[in-house]
Parts: sequence; C-alpha cells; structure tokens
Amino acid sequence: MQAANATELTRARVRSAWMFLLPMIVVLALVAGWPLVRTIYFAFTDANLSDIGSYSFIGFANFLEYYEGEWFGLLVDTDWWRAVWNTLWFTVISVSIETVLGLVVALTLNAHFPGRGVLRAAILIPWAIPTIVSAKMWGWMLHDQFGILNDILLSLGLIAKPVAWTASPDTAMWAVIMVDVWKTTPFMALLILAALQILPSDCYEAAKVDGIHPVRVFFRVTLPLIRPALMVAIIFRALDALRIFDLIYVLTSNSRDTMSMSVYARQQLVDFQEVGYGSAAATALFLIIAVLIALTLTFGKVRLGEDVR
Amino acid sequence: MNPRRFVARLAFWLLIVAIAVFSIFPFYYAILSSFRSGSALFSPALLPDRVDFANYVSVFVEQPFGRNILNSIGVAVTVVGFSLFLGLTAAYALGRVRFKGRGVLLFTILGVSMFPQVAVLSGMFELIRALGIYNSMPGLILANLILTLPFTVWVLTTFMRELPKELEEAAYVDGASPWTVVTRIFLPLMWPAMVTTGLLAFIAAWNEFLFALTFTLSAEQRTVPVAIALLSGASQFELPWGNIMAASVIVTVPVVVLVLVFQRRIVAGLTAGAVKG
Repeated sequence: MQAANATELTRARVRSAWMFLLPMIVVLALVAGWPLVRTIYFAFTDANLSDIGSYSFIGFANFLEYYEGEWFGLLVDTDWWRAVWNTLWFTVISVSIETVLGLVVALTLNAHFPGRGVLRAAILIPWAIPTIVSAKMWGWMLHDQFGILNDILLSLGLIAKPVAWTASPDTAMWAVIMVDVWKTTPFMALLILAALQILPSDCYEAAKVDGIHPVRVFFRVTLPLIRPALMVAIIFRALDALRIFDLIYVLTSNSRDTMSMSVYARQQLVDFQEVGYGSAAATALFLIIAVLIALTLTFGKVRLGEDVR
Repeated sequence: MNPRRFVARLAFWLLIVAIAVFSIFPFYYAILSSFRSGSALFSPALLPDRVDFANYVSVFVEQPFGRNILNSIGVAVTVVGFSLFLGLTAAYALGRVRFKGRGVLLFTILGVSMFPQVAVLSGMFELIRALGIYNSMPGLILANLILTLPFTVWVLTTFMRELPKELEEAAYVDGASPWTVVTRIFLPLMWPAMVTTGLLAFIAAWNEFLFALTFTLSAEQRTVPVAIALLSGASQFELPWGNIMAASVIVTVPVVVLVLVFQRRIVAGLTAGAVKG
C-alpha cells in the first residue's frame, strides 16, 4: 500500500516537473531553437536582407558551386579561410597566455600576504568592465599618435618611433590578443583559485617535511591535482574565444588582418545584406563549435572515468 | 633574513604590484582621460592634473546618452526578471526531481550557452521582423534571453541540488503542491543564489553588443555598448576620445562597484557555473 502511494507520489512529481520545465523549454525553443533552424535553412537559400521574405532554395551553392569553369562559394573564399585561421590563431595564443598568467595570478592569490583581499578585488575590475568599454579604453591607450603605451615605450627607448598598434598588419592581432588577455585572465585565475583552495593540505606538508623544492611540488602535486578544473576552464575559454566578435569589431573594425569567423559572418549578413551567404558562414562556425563541444563532452566523460580509478 | 629569502620576498611583492598595476591601470587611465578635454587630452602625464567635466556634459548633450542608459537598464532588468523566474522553476525540476531525459536536457542547455550568437543572427532577425519589434526594446529583450536563460538555469540548478533532500519531503507528506514547495520552501532558501545569478545575468545583458548593434537602427533605441562603440564627433576622421572615455566611465563605475560589493557571491556564481559543470 505504502509502495503504491510512493510511486503515485513520484509520478505526480515527475508530471509537475515537466509543467515547471515547460515555460523555460518553450522560451528556449523560441529564442534559440527556431532562429538556429532558420539560420541553417537560410544557408541554403539566396535570401537578402532588404527583402528577407522572398528567397529561393539554391542547395549547396553558398558553400560550393561550379559555374562557367570556376569554383564559387564559402569553401573557396580566401577571406573566409583567412577568418578561420585568424580565429584559430587568436584562440590558441590568447587561451595559452591566459592559462599561464591565470595560474601565476591564482598561485599568488593562494599565498598568504597582507592585502590579499584587495588584490583579489583589483583583478575583478577587468572582468567587470564591458568588452566594448575595454576595447575603447585600450584603443585609446594604443592610439598611434597620442597613446600612452607608445609614449611610455618611446621614453624607455624600447621603440624608435610610434607604432600603429591596431592598424598595422603585424601588430593588429597582437593588440587584440593583449586586450583579450587583460580582460579574461581574471576569469581564468578565479576558476583556478577555486580549484587550488580545495586541495588537501597534507601532501604539501609531507613535501615540505621532505624538503622538496616548491617548483617540483607544483609540477608533481599541484598541477596534476588541479588538472580537471584547469581543463574545464581552458575548454570554456576556448569555446568562448572561437565565437569572439565584440572586441575585434570595435578595436580593429572589419580589418582583414584580424577578422574572426563571427565578424566575417556578420559583415556578409548585415553590411553586404547577403543573408544566405552570411548564414552559410554562421552555420559553418556553428558546426565547428558543435563538433568541438561534442568531442569535449565525449572525452570529458572518458577522463572523468579515469579520475575515479 | 638571509639574502636568498630576501630576494624571493622582493620578487613576490614585485609580482603582486605588477598584477595590481596591470589590472587597474587601464581603467585608471580612462578616468584620467575623461577629465581632460581639448588639447589637455593629449597630455601624457600619469597623475591627475585637472578635473574638467566638459566631456561628461557633452556626452549627454551631443548624444541621447541618457536615453541609451535607460534603454540598457530597461532591457537588462526585464531580461534578468524573466530569466530568474523561468530559471527558478526549471531549476526545481532539474535539480530536485529524477525523470527520464533530465541529462539530455541539461546538456542541451549547456550546449546552448556555448554556441555562437552569430549562429542565430539571421533567424532572430527574421523572427524580430515578423513580430514587428525591430528597432525596439522588446526585440532586444527577446534576443538577450538566449544569453542569460541557459546560464541562469544551469547555475540555479547546481545551487538547488546542494540543498538537503529532507527539505521538501515533509511538505509533500503534508500534502503541499509542488508550486507551494517551490515558492514557500525553495524561494526563501534560494535568495542568495538568485542574487548571484541575477547579477551575472544583469552584467551579461548590460554588456551585450552583437544583437543590440544588429537589431537597432536609430540612436535613440541603442543600448549603452552600441552607443559607445558608434560614438562619433564633429568630424568623421577624429574620434571624440574624451567623450568616449567619459561615457565609458559612466557605464563602468556602477558595474565595478556592484562587482566589488558582491565580490564573494559573484566568484561563487562563476565557479558554480564552470567548475561544477
């Protein structure tokens, strides 16, 4: 009798759970699911922004098309491949630097010293500043004529003449990476710090008693222990970096030297009004990120299993 | 103190100073520049030498910047309200009830929070046009939900899971409805988590740029990030850096104060969203 009551109660709870979920699912389907499906559909049409209602289905022509002895489409567009390369380069370099600096900042904050709370508050400032504002702030600091950075470097004798940081093809991407590192290292540091603070202290005491060098302790004990948390932080940051738009758009506008996949897709979609072609680029970016998420989830589970052992 | 120890101490403190300067200097320099107008703006002096509010005045006179701030507040507050309401009810279901398909649903939500905004741009544009809310606040509110909702559900679910299991059992035995359980038992306990998540969602909506740039047309409808990015001066060749810095300081100071006041909560929310995920 009691068992029957219990299952009835469970069933009622599951039913009410779905009722509670329904509004969220409907809204998510409306703002994420439907627009995504439409974008993928648009990728196979010749839709135009000026009249988005009238379009015709053109198959894979936005991706690749053979026409009068020449190949056309996204897959043979050098600007697109340039954007893919820029995005990958930006992601690998900036996430690597952020990981190393994030580790340094986290280890510093994990030590005991007067003013630790103040320093932790200070590193939150770059994180709190809107991306657009940080792009403008750095754009001003990196200004070729009046920028403070050129001024400091000139007076230190490190450069002979002012550098056009955001305009010159050699430095534009490095300027973007520098601002991104400034903005997101705090996030990395806080995630690593959270992992450091739950480490057991006994193995450190053992290492101290045995007189093992701190650097050795870091590579042999700390790093392996925080590896799962570090991997999660790196994956989060990398997925975020792959879709970068704001910073590049504001700091260097539509320059070919720094254009990311998101900037490219939006330029086609809005500036050139080519909704079909722009959607094809957006779909390609979506597929790249979806594959990476799927890989992460698969391999993440495998590693989780190892950790249990 | 032996010399080696002294050098190590010194290096450690230099590192701390370097981290602090690296974090604070750009914002400090923006504040400094915002108080300099005219030719004083081009002074390379690193210490405050004057306090001139000309930039702050002209940013409101030359642009509908007051209106832009109201737009941003309106959009962010509404989006946070919707996200918290939908997030709390969903988090109860996902965090407290076992049912088939829960794992798939959670992974879908996590996936949505990671996918690129530009992937929904043309579909969202069509939807907003069809609903007749292009170049208006409702359009931006709708679009912003894609940023805040998945993340709100995810973080609230992780918080909800940590509450002890006995909580709702007694209420159910007494015959309380699930709605009563959520509003009477969980809502009071979830306040700290709601404040944290709400703050993070507010910051996300306050900073959003791509949708606001694409789905608005007139200067009056812009949100703050778009207004700052598109701020232009008398001539199209010279950007009004003084005004840009003043506008930047105006919109950043409240957020920085908020973040510093709620420091601990925000760090807890960030790590709950990532580490436990």
